[in-house]
Order: sequence, then structure tokens, then C-alpha cells
Amino acid sequence: MALDARFIGRSYPPTEPYEVGREKIRDFAMAIGDNNPAYHDPDAAKALGHPDVIAPPTFPVIVGFLASRQLIADPALGVDYSRVVHGEQRFVYTRPVRAGDRLTAVLTVDNIRQAAGNDLLSTRAEISTADGEPVVTVYSTTVVRGEGK
Amino acid sequence: MTSTVRYDDVEVGTELPAQRFPVQRVNLIMYAGAAGDFNPIHWNERFATSVGLPDVIAHGMLTMAEAARVVTDWVGDPGALLDYGVRFSKPVVVPDDGRGAELAVSGTVVEKLDGNRVAVELVARSGADKVLTKARAVVQL
Repeated sequence: MALDARFIGRSYPPTEPYEVGREKIRDFAMAIGDNNPAYHDPDAAKALGHPDVIAPPTFPVIVGFLASRQLIADPALGVDYSRVVHGEQRFVYTRPVRAGDRLTAVLTVDNIRQAAGNDLLSTRAEISTADGEPVVTVYSTTVVRGEGK
Repeated sequence: MTSTVRYDDVEVGTELPAQRFPVQRVNLIMYAGAAGDFNPIHWNERFATSVGLPDVIAHGMLTMAEAARVVTDWVGDPGALLDYGVRFSKPVVVPDDGRGAELAVSGTVVEKLDGNRVAVELVARSGADKVLTKARAVVQL
């Protein structure tokens, strides 16, 4: 069943601030197997000109994911989560996420379309600090696989 | 930002050092925990096959994170990344057979942009499958 195209253009309220901690960054970096000292060692990050350890480039997906839950879990849209796979992902950075950031995301539905029997749901999460400093925009396309696929 | 690569030293066609990443079930469990993505297609074979997948598949975001390494290890400072996008064209299937899967990633400079920026195109393969397409990063040098 096709997703309701009337959701296109809809925006959700800013998410509760997500506090980025050094240990969470290390934990994420370890999970992706990345030992870059900029993620682990505040002094190494400072030597590169960052005020504290920075997060790996895909880390903001955590905040984007929290924001997209508002949409994916919306019964009015009716996404069958068991049929969801990831289609496309893009990050456009103003600056890297770093320890100490308090991040909030505003989610907007950019597009809903059908292709090859699947629903494609494209969203944009504009992530900024709680003080309003833009950090990164996270674009995501989710594929809801059609029945029998 | 402190890139270890100089813009003037880079040409269109410059190849970045390629890397290989083993992907086993434990890596998916670790990633699920760290990212908070507990979709069972990434850890439960019974569930994955019941929804028509060949087996447990890796999080696309894990593949994307690993592919980024080819760029961030090249420039040194991951903060030099300005733009990074991919399309997930095929899943990385991760069997529970003691070996799992392997992701092979290479990158090539495809464009020199103004402001000392370059665009890199990435190729990511698991076995014979090209698992990412339109994988492109823009880096500040």
C-alpha cells in the first residue's frame, strides 16, 4: 500500500537535546572499528584545531534516527518497520559534531514516491545545537519494500 | 582543519589507499548498540529470512561508516569532510559461518573544486556485489 503523499513537506517539532559525550563518541568509533585519535584523544583533536574530540562523520545518524522515529512510528503514515531497508544517506556538514554538543533535530519529509513496487521515503533532519548553531544536515531515504519483495 | 594532503599535490584520478574491513556478526551487534538501531534484520537470521532477505545483513550505516575511513584516513582530520553521500545498492550479507563478510573500499579523486576542495568517488564491494553506488565525498584540503 502506497504511503500517504500528503506527508510531503510536513515538519516535526525539534527533538529534545541530545548530549554528545566523549565516551559515547569513543563507543561509536570502536563499534565502527575506527581508531582515529581525533575521536578518542582530546589532545589529538585539539592539535587538529577542534575544541574537543570530534565524532565520526556518520555519528549524526543517531540524532537523525531519533528525529525520524517521530515519522516512522506515526500510525497515520503506517510504515511497516519490518519491511524497511536503508536506501540513501547523505550528510552535509557545517562543522563536525564534537563532545559537549547539545544537538536537536528538525525533521522534514522531503519526498514520498513509489519505485519498482517499493515506497521511498526521503527526509531531511536539520541538526543544530540547542543554541541554534547549525551543525549538519542529514538526508535519508528509507525504502519500504512492497509485499512479496 | 588540518589536512595532511595538499590540494596542489592532488589531481583528478589520484587514488586513495584502498582498505578492507572484515564484517562479522559481532560487528553488527556492536554497531546496533552504539547507534541504537536494533532492527532485527541486522542480528536475527530467523527474522531476516522471514522478511525475504537471504540472511542477516549489515547496517547500511556501518558500511557507510567504514567506507568513510578511506577518505578520513587519507586526509587525517575527519573534520575535513564537508559532504558525504551514498546509495545502498546491495546489502552486505553477513552469514554466521565463522568468516562473515568482507567490505573492500577504494576511492578516487574525481573533481577539483574551488576553495581547495576535492570530490572523491568511493567504490565499496562485498564479494562480487557493489554495495554502494553514487558514493561521493567532498573534502576540504
